[in-house]
Parts: sequence; C-alpha cells; structure tokens
Amino acid sequence: MSAMAKTSIHQTDLARKRLARRKAKEKRFRYAGVTAVVIAMVMLGWLVVSLVGTGYTAFFQHYLTITVTLDENILDPNGARDADQLRKANYRKIIQQALYARFPEVTYRRSKRALFQIISASGATNHVRKMVYQDPNLVGRELTIVVPVSDDVDQFLKGYIDRKAPEELRRVSDQQIAWVDQLVTSGELVRKFNWRFFTAADSRDPELAGIAGAVVGSIMALGVAFFLSVPIGVGAAVYLEEFAPKNRLTDFIEININNLAAVPSIVFGLLGLAVFLNFFGLPRSAPLVGGMVLGLMTLPTIIIATRSALRAVSPSIIDGALSLGASHTQAVFHHKVPLAASGILTGSIIGMAQALGETAPLLMIGMVAFVTEIPTNIMEPASALPVQIFLWSDSAERAWAERTSAAIIVLLIVLISMNAIAIFLRSRLERRW
Amino acid sequence: MQFRTITASIVGALLAFGCGEDKVEIKSPISTANAAGEIRVVGSSTVYPFSTKVAQEFKNKTGYNVVVESTGSGGGHKLFCEGVGADTPDVTNSSRRQKKSEFDKCTKNGVTDIVEVKIGFDGIVIANARSSAKIDVTLKQIYLAFAKQTPKSDDDCTLESNPNDKWSDIDPRLPNVTIEAYGPPPTSGTRDAFVEIAMDGGAKKITCLAALRKQDKKSFKAIARTLREDGKWIDAGENDNAIVQTLVNTPSAVGIFGYSFLDQNADKIKGALIGGVKPTFENIAGGDYPISRSLYFYIKKANVATTKGVKEYALEFTSEEAWGPGGYLEEIGLVPLPDDVRAQYRAAVENLTTYKQ
Repeated sequence: MSAMAKTSIHQTDLARKRLARRKAKEKRFRYAGVTAVVIAMVMLGWLVVSLVGTGYTAFFQHYLTITVTLDENILDPNGARDADQLRKANYRKIIQQALYARFPEVTYRRSKRALFQIISASGATNHVRKMVYQDPNLVGRELTIVVPVSDDVDQFLKGYIDRKAPEELRRVSDQQIAWVDQLVTSGELVRKFNWRFFTAADSRDPELAGIAGAVVGSIMALGVAFFLSVPIGVGAAVYLEEFAPKNRLTDFIEININNLAAVPSIVFGLLGLAVFLNFFGLPRSAPLVGGMVLGLMTLPTIIIATRSALRAVSPSIIDGALSLGASHTQAVFHHKVPLAASGILTGSIIGMAQALGETAPLLMIGMVAFVTEIPTNIMEPASALPVQIFLWSDSAERAWAERTSAAIIVLLIVLISMNAIAIFLRSRLERRW
Repeated sequence: MQFRTITASIVGALLAFGCGEDKVEIKSPISTANAAGEIRVVGSSTVYPFSTKVAQEFKNKTGYNVVVESTGSGGGHKLFCEGVGADTPDVTNSSRRQKKSEFDKCTKNGVTDIVEVKIGFDGIVIANARSSAKIDVTLKQIYLAFAKQTPKSDDDCTLESNPNDKWSDIDPRLPNVTIEAYGPPPTSGTRDAFVEIAMDGGAKKITCLAALRKQDKKSFKAIARTLREDGKWIDAGENDNAIVQTLVNTPSAVGIFGYSFLDQNADKIKGALIGGVKPTFENIAGGDYPISRSLYFYIKKANVATTKGVKEYALEFTSEEAWGPGGYLEEIGLVPLPDDVRAQYRAAVENLTTYKQ
C-alpha cells in the first residue's frame, strides 16, 4: 500500500501534458473531419444549386395558340387527298400565312421572315402535317393549334435574353419583341409545363427536344446489362470464393478481375465494337449491344462486391450448418448467399448506377447518335441519357444550356433513386447474428 | 424454384421490351423489325447539326428513319470505308474533303462508287470577350502568333522558337495583351481546317517560307502547321460552349471555333477581323472572310439500292428548301453555296454521279 503515498503515474505533470496533447489532437482531428464534410457538402450543394438554377426553366415552355387555314390550293392542288402526297406538302406556307393573317400590318419581306421566326417552324409544320396525314379530310378547313414558340423567343421570355441590350447583340429583334409582347398581352402566348421534354425523343430544335428516347434507351441497356452481369457475376464470385481450388490459376484470375475493374471504360467499348459488332454482326446503336458492353464493364465490380459480401458472413454460421450435417453446397446456398444478399444487391445496384452514367463505351458501338424515335425493342437504334447530355451540351443554340441542365437533373434523380433503393434493400435484407 | 422465377422474369422482361405498343405517330413505311431498315449517317460533329435537322425534316415528310452518329470526320470515313452493305453507313459527313488515303481505303474495301456533295460553308472565327480590345489581324500575324517555330525575318528562314509573347510584339498596332488562345484539339476537323487555311495561308506570306513551299512542301507544312507548345495555345477540348465560357471569364484570351457559336453568343463575345474583314454571315457567304471551309457529305452508291431512302435523304438535303438561301439549314447557321455550285451538286445527287480523287 506504499504505492498510495506515491502520486499515480497518471497524475504526473508529464502525464497531464501528454493527456492534454492527446485530447487536443483528437479535437483537431474532429474539426478536420467536420471541415472535410462541410467542404464536400458545399461543393455538392453548389453543383445542385447551379444545375437546378439553370435547368428548372427547361421544365416550362412557351406556347402560341394560332388559327391556321388548311388551304386546298397549297396542300392538295389536285384534290386527290392522297395521304403520302399530303405529307410532303408545303406546310411551312400554311403556318406563314396564318402568322401573316394574325399580323396583317406586316408587309416587308424581311419583317415577314422575322415574324415567322417567332414560332417553332419545325414544331408547327409537323403538328399540322400529322393532323392532316391522319385525317386528309381536314384540308380546306380551319384549325386552331397550340405550338411551341421558337427557342429564341422562349429564351427571351424566360429572361435569358436581355431586353435592354443593344438590338444587334440580341437574337430577338425589337420588332419581334413587340409582336411577342402583343401576343402575351392578348393571352395567345402562354407558359405551360413542358410535358414534351419527358415524352418526346431527341430533336434538332431545342423547343421540341425531349429525353424520352434517351431514357428508354438507357433503361433497355441497363436491363440487358443487369440480366447479363448479375447472374454471371454472382455465379462467378460464389464459385471463386467457395468452390474453386486455391492455386496459381485462380490467383491469376483474381488479379485479372481486380485489374479489369480499373480499366478505362472506353476499352470495353472497343471490345464491344470488335466482338459484338464486327464478329457477331449485331446491329450498331442497339441497346442490346450497349447493355452487353455495360454489363461487361460492371462485371468485375459485381464480382468483387459479391466476394467481399460473402467473406463478411461469419464463418460460425457455415460451421454450424456443416456440423448439423449440411453439405458444403447446402451451407453456401442455404446460409451464406442469403446472408450476403444485401451486400450483393448493393454492389450490383452501385455497379448499375455507374453503368448508367457512362458515355465512353457507347461511342464506339454507335449509341452516340441522333435518333428521332423512341425505341420499342432492344434491337432498334437508341441513344442513352448521358450521351444525350453530352450531345446537347455541345450544341450552339443558347436554349440547349437549360435543357442540358434539366437532363442532368433527371439523370441525378434516377441515380439518387437507385442508390436509395440500394440502401433500402440493404437495411431490409440485412440480418444480424 | 427460385431460379425458375428468375428465368421467367428475364424472359418476361425481354418480351416486354420486344413488344412495345403501337404509337399514334405517323407510321414508317419501313418495317422497324428489320434492324438495317434505317438510313445510317456517320461523321463530322460540325455537320452533325445540319445533318440531324435534315434527318428530322425528312422523317416528318416521308417516315424514313435516319440515325445520325457524331463520330468526327476521320472516324466517319473510317466506318464508311469498311465496306458495302446494309450493316455499313450509307452516308458520311465531313468537315473537310475526303483524303486520298481514305479514298484508297474505300476502294480497297470495295466502296468504289462514292458521290461527293458539298453542302455549304462554315467560317472559323477567332473571338474574344466583348469587353476586350478589338483585334484586327492578318493571316501572317496569326501565323506569327500561334506557330511553334517562326523564321527570324521575312528573308532569313533560320527557325527560332516563337519569340512573340504579346500581340503587340508582332505588330505595335495590335493590343498590348499576352497571346493566349483556346482552340480545338488535334482530333477536331475545325483544327485541321484552321491550320490548313489560316496557318498555311499566313506562312505563305513570309517570303522565304513561300520559297520553301515551292521546293519542299513537306517541311513547309511541318513549319506552318505546328502550333506552339509553350502554353500560349491551349487545346480546349471539343466543347465550343466551354471555350465561349472561358473567353467570358478570361478577357485576355482568344478562342477559335465555328461561326455558329459566335452567332449565338454575340452578346458575350466578338469576332476578330481577319485582314479587315468582319466574320459575318454575308462575308463568309461571299467568300470575303478568309478562314472558311467547305462542308461535305459522301454517299455510298452501292447502298442506294439496298437501303431505301438514301437517295431521297440526299435529295432532301440538297433541296432549295433545305440548303438554299432562306432554307431551314441557313436558319441554323449553314452558309449556302453559290447558285451554280448548288445546281452542280444537286445534279450529282440526282444522277448519282461518282467522284474521283
């Protein structure tokens, strides 16, 4: 008990100093951690705010209501009412005449051209063309249509073009502004929700372009990738982890799988071009091939995730199963795989989310393309969402900026939902023991 | 049991992809089940906006599906020349003429009959921020600003690494601003055209280099077309919108890109005058603006018979409503060809006249 008389080694000055230093160190580390999180959040917030800031306007579009006269002399001078001939008729003139009728005071050729530029030429002509093609009897009648305004006018009304800027620096002239103001006041030109953005395929004109084609293409490609890479990946992982002999060959395979996970994605595109297109002769630009390439790309990710999920299952469970007389196969499939399921699913979904954002491998197999139709099966040409974003961002027209941001917002929402599903499944499937 | 459910769901899902519902849209004349049914266009990203516009209008009028891929001019010719038949591209777009080597490769692979169609002009502009000093340069000054090596003087062709740091070092009348250019990377057709027209054209104005050109074309090209690597020329990637943004943020810099980006961003940037000529639509169309190039597309004649609608697509492209003055391609920035040239290429499409290198 003589030790009581001595001061404890924890009470010496030196010890106190050391303790203070250690506590300060821990505090500093915590502060550093908080700072790192804050910086990450600020950057992410910045990205989201700037995207939403430029992108939200693309969810709205200005529309013009106008009455067109389907003049028989222009559309069908022979009176044959042949649908295919009617389809090729001069609808531009019909729209022009409707606009000139709305503003009869416009007579100069230049002004007439400027007037025609306030409406989406392609949108309006094709709208009328479709109606006439489906019902040739409309020829000769009057029709009231609601069509998008041109991208320049739309940008002007959204405030992206400064009304006070000198006229030669604007893409919308003073005269056009006057017409637009008049149409807005009379209620003929209104802002509506831009449904077309979600239902239409790609278009050369920003006011007509939509993401539906690209989204469907992405879904199809991802579907193919999922059904290809998940069964193969999980199967390969279970075999390698549980049944394969441990020798040089399997070591070699393991190293290669880890290497493949780090290979730049364009390499998989080149592989797809050489094998799927040139050797097997599958069609270019098809989501089937895109999915196969993306599937190959995510395969290593899934194998690695599955193997680590299997490894994380407590060995005592397998031991228990084996000691109760289960065969090795039974122990693995009845106990180990179900317990690892949450990890496997998370890995797969994160792999898929990665594949969703890829453009590079799709370039080689021809999915970086302009496709005006929403694909209906996996053999038809299609684009993909990140490709669409890439192509739009490189276009000259100012209106593409907001649409690019809007498409990115959609892509982010899909990615967030996929990750949310991964988290949800993990918490649902996870079993504690 | 579980495995069976999975298989069933795979088959189900694939079937669901296979039988999409019929849409209310205008029916296509060609069966969509035939994967090779659509017209395939590949090639230049500069021609891409015009090609897609025609594809869209053509589809609206006739129902033919046109798939346009943006692969770059070189990539386009490569794919185009791989052979004939339904699984090869029918048309390739190009922002320069087909090279001899590409033509030979085509011939070797059986693509012997090719129809060449020139569609219009595209100006290449040197632009800076609106707030910055006005630039009025000659081609020679452009060469002296961007070449890696320049001759000591007009008559002494001893090469030295480019000594010009500021624009005013080249000519005191130019702005007293450091030379800093953001331009397209070597993979870009815009870059090819820029060095070919502006840099070659500028180097030719130097007496001793002009003499060298007559003797040894190869070493002239090497001197004229090699851009500086000391950080004054910056390869800015293929995205021209990004270059425009950079110019706004860096008032001292100039950028090099296609005319349509200047046209769209007139409130942010202004184009440099080349030899006193402003980069305007009229000047490019009239041939007064020196840095402009021709845009082309090439039709594979053998595919006209196998892929329906290829000729009709080319006819739509070369119709007055499309490529003529006031046509829908002019609206999106294509500078139309003169009347007689248009007539000549229109006839080439109508008769499918093949071309020789």
